[in-house]
Amino acid sequence: MPPTGFSKCGRLPDDATSRAVEHAARDAYGRLVAWLGARARDIAGAEDALSDAFAAALATWPRTGVPARPDAWLLTAARRRMIDAARRRRTRDAAIPTLLLAIGEDDDSDFPDERLKLLFVCAHPAIDPAARTPLMLQAVLGLTAADIAAAFLTSPAAMGQRLVRAKEKIRAAGIGFRIPDPADLPDRLDAVLDAIYAAYGTGWEDAAANALADEAIWLARLLASLLPTEPETIGLLALLLFCESRRPARRTAAGRFVPLSEQNTALWSAPLRAEAQSLLAHAATFARHGRFQLEAAIQSVHAARADSGQTDWNTIALLYEGLLAIAPTTGVAVGRAAALAEARDPAFALHELDALDPAAVATYQPYWALRANLLRRLGQDATPALTRALALTTDPALAAYLRATSE
Amino acid sequence: MKYMLLIYQDAARNSMPADSPEANTITAPWIAYTKALIDAGVLVGGSRLAPHAAATTVRVRDGKRQVQDGPYADTKEQLAGYYILDTPDLDTALDWAARCPGAADGILEVRPLAG
Repeated sequence: MPPTGFSKCGRLPDDATSRAVEHAARDAYGRLVAWLGARARDIAGAEDALSDAFAAALATWPRTGVPARPDAWLLTAARRRMIDAARRRRTRDAAIPTLLLAIGEDDDSDFPDERLKLLFVCAHPAIDPAARTPLMLQAVLGLTAADIAAAFLTSPAAMGQRLVRAKEKIRAAGIGFRIPDPADLPDRLDAVLDAIYAAYGTGWEDAAANALADEAIWLARLLASLLPTEPETIGLLALLLFCESRRPARRTAAGRFVPLSEQNTALWSAPLRAEAQSLLAHAATFARHGRFQLEAAIQSVHAARADSGQTDWNTIALLYEGLLAIAPTTGVAVGRAAALAEARDPAFALHELDALDPAAVATYQPYWALRANLLRRLGQDATPALTRALALTTDPALAAYLRATSE
Repeated sequence: MKYMLLIYQDAARNSMPADSPEANTITAPWIAYTKALIDAGVLVGGSRLAPHAAATTVRVRDGKRQVQDGPYADTKEQLAGYYILDTPDLDTALDWAARCPGAADGILEVRPLAG
């Protein structure tokens, strides 16, 4: 909504217009793309029309004043552009989307929120997995290919290509904007949760991968609000908030890496921790466990150190055990071994690491970092494992920390 | 939207002589599936294909016709048949593809017809 105090008459100062446009953009961008994209089945076309509509707003609103419903104004403008574009193409396939776009054209004041469908489209199994997270960030949040590319450590041109291909696939393959059938919902929801989690960054101790943390949390909040009775959506949000609560403690003022066990718990954000805790408790009331609730529960045990001063490694190892049963990934197996090193002893944990598939761990940095740590504690030669870990570390602060521990 | 379901099957399974009784027997699951497509009103067309040994490739290069024995691609899985369906969206087409008997022991490719 526009800032209060603007009237339809009178000329607006340009910065106020920009602010109003920006506000409308943040608030409504995803809703508008979702609504237009769902009707036309064309995300790229929706984005183009919307960007024209925003340009028209910047040109018009300073003269006319910000309309009472900026989102409805933008929808009307973008919808007309899409209809015009479809008519110009004059293809047979354009006929139905054009009709759908035109339905209810006289009343744009209350358009339904189609963002959940948009999220399911972005994470559709027919879409290249590597394109799902970028697609969400662009279609729902309006991030540019350049911004997304920076966070994914790839070139803007390559990211732009990936996004164009994915949107073209949605249009050409006729992927429908709809909520999956109940039988498919768990798997399809998993893909959405995965894509949002990937936006947060796979390793939350890695600051570089956290460039999109705010966006990921925003998406997780959105998904939890759109599917409030799916406990895993709440579990994901709780997980991200637990991780986010520790952000201030993850680096020293000088930018040095601080491992979780050495973090000053006084620096952890108490409000975020409390919110995560209450979300996790709420998710548990549905009595349907899942991966993200278990991941959040593990973080909740870590978070308890802020009050107790201690970490209950037995419980963490047990939670990893449960996680391994439903999500047997290398990351979970390594996390479990790390917990067992504390709950039992380093020799037992090393034995567990030895049992993992060498091919699966070959390029998995946390495996080699943990292995080096365990070997050192056991008084054995840790150098080869440490060298391997360093070769796989992209974050300079983490690399400096690993090097320091070997001295 | 119209989609083609391309049914690929292990070439060894589809290599019996074209006039053998096995090659010409349409099994009950296929009959039931095709009937379900008709009943749902989504079937536009389709057919089984004769074994790939019966295929001949043609290309014209420099005005000269080149004809060769065999299918275009000599792969382990060969195109064995197709359906053309008219469904509202990809997911509905994928649901039908998953129910096809060919999906259980072969691979189905779902391709939209160009608009």
